[in-house]
Amino acid sequence: MPDATGLELIAQELRDRDAESVLETVHFRGKAALTVAAPTIRETLQHLRGKGFNFLASVHGVDYWPEEPRFGVHYELLDMHEVDRMTVKVRVPLENPHVPSVVADWPTADHQEREIYDMFGVIFDGHPDLRRILMPEDYVGHPQRRDFPLGGEAILFTHNEPRLPGWWKE
Amino acid sequence: MSDITQRPAPSAIEGMSYREMEASHELAHLEHPEHEELLTLNLGPHHPATHGVLRLITTLEGEMVRDIKPVIGYVHTGIEKNCEDKAYWKVIPLVERMDYLSYYFNAMAYCGAVETLLDLEVPKRAQYLRVIHLELNRIASHLLWLATGGLDLGAMSVFWYGWKERDLILDIFEMSSGQRMHPRYFQVGGVAEDIPAGFEAKVRKFTAQFPKRVDQLENLISSNQIVLQRMRGVGPVDADTLLSLGVTGPLLRAAGNPWDLRKAQPYSSYEDFDFKIPVGTIGDHYDRYRVRMQEMRESVRIINQALDGLPEGDYITPDRKYALPPRHELATSMEALIHHFKLVTEGFRVPPGEAYYPIESPRGELGCFVRSDGSSKPARVHMRDPSFVNLQMLPVMAQDTYIADLIVALAMLDPILGGIDR
Repeated sequence: MPDATGLELIAQELRDRDAESVLETVHFRGKAALTVAAPTIRETLQHLRGKGFNFLASVHGVDYWPEEPRFGVHYELLDMHEVDRMTVKVRVPLENPHVPSVVADWPTADHQEREIYDMFGVIFDGHPDLRRILMPEDYVGHPQRRDFPLGGEAILFTHNEPRLPGWWKE
Repeated sequence: MSDITQRPAPSAIEGMSYREMEASHELAHLEHPEHEELLTLNLGPHHPATHGVLRLITTLEGEMVRDIKPVIGYVHTGIEKNCEDKAYWKVIPLVERMDYLSYYFNAMAYCGAVETLLDLEVPKRAQYLRVIHLELNRIASHLLWLATGGLDLGAMSVFWYGWKERDLILDIFEMSSGQRMHPRYFQVGGVAEDIPAGFEAKVRKFTAQFPKRVDQLENLISSNQIVLQRMRGVGPVDADTLLSLGVTGPLLRAAGNPWDLRKAQPYSSYEDFDFKIPVGTIGDHYDRYRVRMQEMRESVRIINQALDGLPEGDYITPDRKYALPPRHELATSMEALIHHFKLVTEGFRVPPGEAYYPIESPRGELGCFVRSDGSSKPARVHMRDPSFVNLQMLPVMAQDTYIADLIVALAMLDPILGGIDR
């Protein structure tokens, strides 16, 4: 793992390229995490790939509600040669949940970005096929959001239909 | 046995293998020149060869697969959402139901993430007990892959024998935790109970006879010409493509990349054990099969070493803030009673932070992301499930092959839909 000093060095390199890019550096429990501005995520990941982090292990979404900006997208990078891991995060608000897609550089992000879109409603600009992946395609809402209630939803089976005709159209 | 695999396969045309015969046919000659017809065929979601409820929309040209679109989400049960409504230790039974063939791995990844957040040390004995169960689970998962995968390839008997061996492992699980599947044995800070008397003897009996059984299972397949022809040289994908698609586990190792988190980033005392990482060469179905077979043998070695070196001591952290007190303390100690009450009603609180804990599951990197907001319930639990990511490799593997090879590709991919959909 990059230690706290190594993380600051990486952050400084990114700041030299674009002064606005790095928003925060966190070193927690031996793990380095870098928060960058959402529009610069592709350049940041490409820069880190040049430093050896050439495997994107995971992309996942987080809802920081009620904090602002609300949504977080985390990119878990792995350097298989040096056996190093680090996290790159972006934060976007509910009013403008746009993050550039990294699928062109990292094909593995395809399904995972679709899942984040499905669950949180974060829109990945430039994604080749941004559709729902786990929820039904006519589903309304993004269920993994923190203010989305648990339960209280009619079950998607046809036995509901005689009692609640057209209930899904609401 | 080895010379059988070397011998050229019998063929209708002298000097030509079956694959060469197939390749020699220009499909254009067989079809009407003005008739470029593509057929869209829906495969699944309820199809025995899809290992669950995976739906594939395939575009066929004759028998050739030109395009595959996987449609998933049929067993999406919102486990990650439900986890946010449970106390930390009550989440364990839920996450175990994600990838329902490697339940110990799910629990391990989750517990590891929470332990990282708590900065909690797991006693050595608990780590060894975890390793024993993880490796038994790896064997059970690979056996089920072999059984159902063999069935897809037309090898019927391997199905029954694979199932029979897996049952012996489930008996062992039942002995340690009372459950054959989804045992809730791993807890934050250790394991739920110490192993009972006779457990070691039972595991020893299994590990003594299992390598022989693997040989027998392998004989069923390694001399079966039909199975071999459907696997050898079919569906090769090189390591660079796999890495760009994020594929890990036996699929990556079959392509010659020896990445295994047990060696690279040892967790739960894996650094104490001597084992090898089997790798393939070209990454075809045959390599994938050989890698998994050899992994089972290595797992047996790890289990034996863990039993030999099993240390004495606590099976769960002695920190009563996180682990339930032993039953006998409840009758004599007021503090134990208070801790028990607090843990069962509210659960323990976890300092705010985020942790991603990756482990090597039978299908690749299983990472659990947990975010804590300081309360007694996780603010976010996410599993980076290897099946979900590895599924993206299916179109690469099966494009421009016969539809019969698509079924083999699916069997060798070993996707678990519970893990994909969560």
